[in-house]
This record gives sequence, C-alpha cells and structure tokens, in this order.
Amino acid sequence: MPSPVLRVVLIAAALAAGCSGAPWNDPYPHTEASRNILYTSFSERPKHLDPVQSYSENEYVLIANIYQPPLQYHYLKRPYALVPFAAAEMPRALLYDAKDRRLPDNADAKEVAYSDYVIRIRPGILYQPHPALAQDARGRYVYHDLKPGDLDGVHAVGDFKQAGTRELAAADYVHQIKRLAHPRLHSPVMQLMGEYIVGLKALAQELAEAEKAAARAGRRGGLLDLTRFELAGAQVVDRYTYRVRVRGKYPQFVYWLAMPFFAPVPPESDRFYAQPGMEERNISLDWFPVGTGPYMLTVNDPNRQMVLERNPHYKGEVYPAEGEPGDAEAGLLKDAGHPLPFIDKVMFALEKEQIPYWNKFLQGYYDASGIASDTFDQAVQFSGQGDVTLSEDMQARGIRLQTSVATTTFYLGFNMLDPVVGGTGERARKLRHAISIAIDQEEMISIFRNGRGIAAQGPIPPGIFGYREGKEGINPYVYDWADSAPRRKPVEAAKKLLAEAGYPNGRDAKTGEPLLVNLDTTGTGPDAKSRLDWYAKQFEKIGVQLAVRATDWNRFQDKLRKGNVQLYFLGWNADYPDPENFLFLLHGAQSKVRTAGENASNYENPEFDRLFERMKNMANGPERQALIDRMVEITRRDAPWVWSLFPMDYTLHHAWVKNRKPNTMANNGLKYQRIDPALRTRMRREWNQPVLWPVALGGALIVLSLVPAVVTFRRRERQTARVS
Amino acid sequence: MIAYIIRRLLYAIPILIGVNVITFTLFFVVNSPDDMARVHLGVKRVTPEAIRKWKEERGYDKALLYNGAAAGAQAFTDTIFYEKSVKLFAFEFGRSDQGRDIGYDIGNRMWASLAIALPVFLLGLAAYLTFALLMAFFRATYVDFWGVVACVMMMSISGLFYIIGGQYLVGKLLNLVPISGYDGGANALKFLVLPVIIGVVSGIGASTRWYRTIFLEEISKDYVRTARAKGLSELRVLFRHVLANAMIPILTGVVVVIPLLFMGSLVTEAFFGIPGLGSYTIDAINSQDFAVVRAMVFLGSVLYIVGLIVTDISYTWVDPRVRFE
Repeated sequence: MPSPVLRVVLIAAALAAGCSGAPWNDPYPHTEASRNILYTSFSERPKHLDPVQSYSENEYVLIANIYQPPLQYHYLKRPYALVPFAAAEMPRALLYDAKDRRLPDNADAKEVAYSDYVIRIRPGILYQPHPALAQDARGRYVYHDLKPGDLDGVHAVGDFKQAGTRELAAADYVHQIKRLAHPRLHSPVMQLMGEYIVGLKALAQELAEAEKAAARAGRRGGLLDLTRFELAGAQVVDRYTYRVRVRGKYPQFVYWLAMPFFAPVPPESDRFYAQPGMEERNISLDWFPVGTGPYMLTVNDPNRQMVLERNPHYKGEVYPAEGEPGDAEAGLLKDAGHPLPFIDKVMFALEKEQIPYWNKFLQGYYDASGIASDTFDQAVQFSGQGDVTLSEDMQARGIRLQTSVATTTFYLGFNMLDPVVGGTGERARKLRHAISIAIDQEEMISIFRNGRGIAAQGPIPPGIFGYREGKEGINPYVYDWADSAPRRKPVEAAKKLLAEAGYPNGRDAKTGEPLLVNLDTTGTGPDAKSRLDWYAKQFEKIGVQLAVRATDWNRFQDKLRKGNVQLYFLGWNADYPDPENFLFLLHGAQSKVRTAGENASNYENPEFDRLFERMKNMANGPERQALIDRMVEITRRDAPWVWSLFPMDYTLHHAWVKNRKPNTMANNGLKYQRIDPALRTRMRREWNQPVLWPVALGGALIVLSLVPAVVTFRRRERQTARVS
Repeated sequence: MIAYIIRRLLYAIPILIGVNVITFTLFFVVNSPDDMARVHLGVKRVTPEAIRKWKEERGYDKALLYNGAAAGAQAFTDTIFYEKSVKLFAFEFGRSDQGRDIGYDIGNRMWASLAIALPVFLLGLAAYLTFALLMAFFRATYVDFWGVVACVMMMSISGLFYIIGGQYLVGKLLNLVPISGYDGGANALKFLVLPVIIGVVSGIGASTRWYRTIFLEEISKDYVRTARAKGLSELRVLFRHVLANAMIPILTGVVVVIPLLFMGSLVTEAFFGIPGLGSYTIDAINSQDFAVVRAMVFLGSVLYIVGLIVTDISYTWVDPRVRFE
C-alpha cells in the first residue's frame, strides 16, 4: 500500500493526464496541445499598457503587438531600417523657415524653423473588437452612457456582451498626440516632445487649467475631452492624412513615429473608460488596450497570465521578402509574402524565477528562452577556436541558438564635477586613462558574462550609424592595434599615466597618501560581491584603492542628482538606432546635476557640445560620420566613462519555432514567428514520459522500513507488564 | 467570554495604530515620496515636473505626520499618514499607487494563497503529530534515534532546496506534475500537488521534533502510567490521552497561524508561479507601492491579533479549567 503522499501524487498526476495520453507534467490545458499557440512568460506585472505612458521593455512586449504606430522597424534588415506600418509610405520631412516658406531638404538646420511630417495611413485598417466601439442599429454607442447598475458583474472588457469596430482614422493619431499632454497621464516623453511638437506645451497648460476648473466645479477625474482642444502641431488633413509639425530640424522624429507613443487611440475609448464605476473596477485603457495591430489582449490577469489573440480584423501585412545577407540561407525568407500574423494566440505565463522557466523550456513548455549565467554551461560551449556552439544535449533536442549585439552600452562613469577624478585638466584625464587601461574589460566579460559582450571602444555600439570597426575603431588611449586585433595597453602604461597624474604607485606625490576612489553601486548579493572584488583587484594593479559604497537604487539616484559620487555604473538602452541617442548622454545640456538630464557624469566639453548640435540634425552620410568620429575622439581623450561593454544577447528556441530573429529595436516580432504545433506535441510527449519506477521503489522502501516498527509495535501491544 | 473578546479587541486598536505608525515611519525613512514617484514613473526621462504631479495626484505632496502650516486638527488630518492610514481601520484599503483597487486584488489573490497554505497546514499537522507520536511510542529505540537524526537533517536544509530539488525531481526527472504554474477551479489540483508535498515535507523536521518533545514530556506523567495500568492499548493512550493533554502547547503554536494562512508564502509562491498574497506583497515592496505594503502589513497585524484571540478561546475548548476573567 503506497503512502498517503504517494497516493496524492499518483492520483493528481492521473487526473492531470486524463485519458488523452498527454504528458502528466503539461502545465497547459490538454485541449490546447495541438493549437497554434506560442508559449512565453513574464516575470513582473506591466505597470502601464497605455501607449502614452508605457516606456518599459516588459510593457512593449505586449503593446507593440497591439498598437499600430505609423512606422515600424524592418524585421530582418540590418542596420535597422524603418518601414511603413500603418502609414502608406515613409513620411518625408518638409522644411520651413520662420516665415513658413518651404526650404529644400538639405537646408541648413539654422535656417529651419519647422519640419512638417505629413503621414498618410492606409485606408481600411480596422480596430480590434471592443465594447468602446460597439454601436447599435442607429449608430449610437452602446456603452457610452452607462447607468448605475450597468456595471454589476463587470470586471473586464470581456464581460461586456457587445463589441464593435470601426476604421482607423488620421484623427486617432492626432488624438493620441494630444494625450501626451494629458495632465493625468504623465507621459514620460511629454517634456521632450513639448520641446519639439509645436503647441504641445501650450496644450498641456490649457489641459491642466481645464482640469483644475473641473476640480473646482466638483468634477474631479472623469473625461477630459481632448477633442475640444486644438493642437497646432498635430492637424488632421483628411480622413487618412495628418500632419505633425516639429520645431527646427529633427530627423530623429521618424524613430519616435515607430514607438507606441505615436500609435492611434480612438477618442471613443477615452469616453468609454472615463465613465463612473470603471476606475473602481480597474477597467481602464492602461489595463485593456484598444488597438489595430495584429494582436489584442484578451486576458489581462498579471497574477497568472496575459493572453494575446489574433485580431480578427487585422489584414494587409505580409512577411518580408528581403533581409540581410544570410537570412535566406537561414530559412528566414521562406514565408515571404504570406499574410501576417502566423500564430493565433500568444500566452504569457507568470514565471518569476529563472530555474522553473529553464526547466520548462527544456521540457518544451516554453518555446524560447534566454540563457542565465547558472545554465550557461549546460546550454553553450566554446570550440577550440573560441566559436560559440550549443552543447550536445541542446543539439540533440534540436534547440537553436541565436546571438546578437544589443543596442545597449554599459559604462563605469566618472563624475566630472569631482575634484579628484573629474575635470578636464591633464592630471585628472591621465588618472581616468590609467583606470580605463587597468580595468580589463575582456577578462570581466569572460568571467562574469560568459563571453557575452564586446569590449566597448566608445559610446556607440555596433549596428548604430557612427560605429567603426577594426583598427580605426579602437580607443587609442586604452588599446594598441596588434595582430589585426585591439590589444589592451599593458598595466605599466597605466602606472606611467598614474605617475604623470601625480600618483606614483597609487600615492599622492604631495601628501604621500594612498589614492582612494569611491564606487557607488546598487549591486548587492554574492554575484555582485565577486564582481566588485574583481574591480577592486583591477584598481589594485595600479596601486589605487577602491572603496565600494553599496546603496539602494533611490539613494543612488539621489547621489547622482546631487553629484555626490566619484564612480558609478550605468547603462543605456537605445530608444532608436541613431548615434544621437547615445551621444546625448554626454551632452552638456543633459548634465544630471545642472539640468536633471541623462548625462550622469556631468561631462561638458564646448567642442563636443557644438559638434553634437550640428550632428544631431544631420542625415547619415560621410559628413555626419566625420563629425561623429571627432566627437568620439573627444570623449575618448577626456574619458568621462570607462567604456565597458556592449552586451550580446544569446537566445534559444526550439526546432518548432520558425522565423525567429533577434531584433533589439522592434518589439512587434510576434507576428512574424511561426510554429509547428504537431512537432511540438510530438517532442513534448517524447521528452515528458512519466517515470514511475522510482516512486514505486520509494514507496516500497518506506513500507519495508516500517515493517520492523510494526512488528515491534505488535510485540509491545501483546507484551504483559513487567517490573523494572 | 464576550466581555473578554471585546476587551481584547479594544486592546488591538492601539497595537494597530502602533503598527501603522511604525510601518509608515520605516517606509518613509528609507523612501521619500520622490523615490516612490521615480520608481513608478520609470527610469528614463523622469522630470521633476512629472514627479511633482505624480505626488500631487496621490496626495504624497502633503506633510508626513504633522502639517505645521495647517491650523487646529488639520495639522494632523491634512497629512499623508492620516489620509492613507486611518481608513484602513474600516478595511478600506483604497487604491494602489498603480491605481488598482487593493481590496479587489486581495480578494482575488487570497484564494490562491489559501489553496496551498490550507492543505499544507492540515496535512502537515496530521503528519507531524502522527510522526511525533510514533517517535514518542518508539522512544529510546532505533526508530526514535534515526527519526531524530532525520528530523535534524531535514530541519538543517534550506526551504529553497526543497523547492528547487522537488521541482527538479518530481517535475523534471520523473515528469509527474507541472514544475510551476497555476489555474483556476479543478485544474488547480495538478499545480498544487507539488507545492503542497514540498510544504509538508519541508516542515517535517522542525515540527515533528518539537511535537515529540511535547509528547515525551507528557508521556512520562502519572495519568499515562495509570491509563496503561488500566490496560488501555498504547495507541489509545497516545491518541486519546497524551494528545488531548498536550493540546495547550500545540494550540499555542498552531491556532495563531490559521488566520495568517491567507497571507501566503513569499518564496513558494514565487517559485511555483502561484498568484497569491505572498507574491503580491513582495511585488509591492519591490515596486515601492506603499499603499499595498501598508494594507498588507495592516491586514497581517489584524489577522495575527485575531489568531491570538482565537488561540486564547481555543484553550477553553481543550482544557475546561481555563476561564476568561
């Protein structure tokens, strides 16, 4: 007789298996086994799904597949290229001077007062089915005038019985641009866009006044009807065309047009969600998006799962027929011309920990996975030539590996306001160069990132215009070019620079005191400890003492804002693939202490700033490249950062996942992916056959071990009383 | 008894106020409203203006505990503490800093916590008491010796090891149940089997050893010898008499945790992807959602106090000599 615990396991497993013969450990309903569903996960509930507020990668993974901005990134082409999404064609900037006279496309940025982007969208695009758009036979919105009691039993938009749709209009894009200025929505890009989009700041003020007036009248919250307000910089031209006017010449604006901030939102949704009782039931656009993209959010239960399902009204987009060299050989063009999306449903399951995620990926219950440090050796091996290959176990399972360099940079920043490590004087500059040489980034990448990264030579990562490869791309202050590869300068060179900086052997030449520099970091825990110990050893190589000041994120941010740091770690993910989005991190006008900007090193170099102002408005070309080369040279010489690394992403996917290609700029890649559910079902069954003999053996051992106890018990029960 | 309960409930009010003040102070000592705003507004392009508006909308722009600029009672009522904490006493948890209804979220998530915690509690209690009584029965034999050794070994192992090891062995190697996940209704069963087994097994060491000590102390008393002398079977002696007389120390440790079963387990819920209140609390701490943290701490305090009162009441059920005065 098995133990009670064993019986529970067996009964539950039998229940789980049912009569379908499906694996017992399948976490999904058996009815879904052969369906066209992609399984992935999320670890943290998204904070915002409203496209005017959302600005995080874990949110974009969802809403980039729901909303349809005018532009998108080409899925396959590299370097990253924009292509129309809802737009009928790529918009061209029309330049005007201060008197509103048209200027040629190559006009100097100083002459340009405004740039107009006239965007024509494709007719016939429909919204997903949604109750906000449901109309009755007479064309009246069914759910725009809800009475008390109408919301009884309603906790999600799916609880409304009717749903409707309508054709996407240019006015919806204009409406969304106005929403950037909504006083209750706090769009993170409002300040930036307020600098560019004509009239947006004034609209924000106007809306704030209207909001206050409503509050004074006792109408706090509720609908702030944006259709009553005009925005000079965003105008509807006709039903399918709108125009955005930005100040000056701002070529990067087209990249913003590929982000959800500029996706369409129907005004009906504002009216629908603003009704009394909606907020109390957590029903808002921030929770239930309304889009025209390939997918719609049908389940939003961040406690358990988020589900995207095919938008039944989505049509007109096909798989691309062009890519970069090698794509055809990799089979990435086989589906060219097929309508998108391929997958019917995408299930994001809550998975907070990496270990269960990894094990479920190996069981075939997740279709793709990253590689954590803990599992790196299990997944990947290096050949004798240093090439990365999958381990034999992974290969036997048919798992595929893809690598890509992220459009991200990590750096160790110097606070340029600090009297010891900061400033543009020769002494401080040599000290920073000495430290830059001493920190062996290649070793760090090898030890702590399993080789997943490229040692940075400057602020611009590969894949971004302005990045240079080879000999001309190395940082000559830290590297030499030898044997056709960059070679880090020897420690002796660092020591020499340190001595020239006034710190021979790491001691102040005047006082004899050892040089101590402080590193502020939010890193805690054993992993961070070993990495920080490694950093301390790098500094020790040149006799400098490194004091690590661990701090929480809030205090760290506070110190950065006040300039109370010497050294700090930070990184930057590109908003868009333009060098301006990296070089602005070193622009004087972005000084963290002075302007609360993104330049945490508070680096200011007049020549760099001047060149930046010119470069940022230029189209890519030799002239822009020359300016960037000069700017990168300035920053390498001044060394406000220790250029650390550009991370590489390693991702794995199963053989049944097709058309998967890493794209660090676009988050709407779900529609291109295709799966082979039959192969997945077969492999899952093969890999997940229940193994019962250890359970039976364990049960038998437990029973056997109890036999002597039972015998003893029975003997004692029969025993007569004894006098001890 | 009613007077006693009322008196205890009245005692609870200053305790809850104290808990609220301490939670509030601790949270705001390490965190300013500006910090909370920054966490909620994200990392990129957070402007001072956006922070100011965020605080203003949520009432975090007021004084913390005492508003010197206000007159009279408003000096205390026009503060963050008063606005955010007093309504808790009416169990109005308000909205989270993300705008969600906290009461609705708690109501939704507590069932998942309970779905694990209740079976672990009941099965565990039955298993630990049985094992402890068996060890007491076999005291001073090899069963007792190796049982204690096993208990010490089991209580020396980290709870995390049980979880990761259990997932690997049962879910990955034997392929018997899903490694993690959750579903509603009857489908939840296959997801609950493993965490419940692990919950029970991980508690065997410490609990069995503790109950064994209680039983050994009880088993050496005169009434037990008398019962045996009367010819009662050992099983009857143990389960009828020893267990009944050992109930006071057992109830002291057991009843108090019953209300807290709603609160869930942080680690178990995280590793098994169970959407309970444990993970709700830890998420709120990570995202610095003070509204949720405050509500959960308050709820935990209330449930703990309720647990203590029920414990006291339960003494009267198992020992007629206990009286409320």
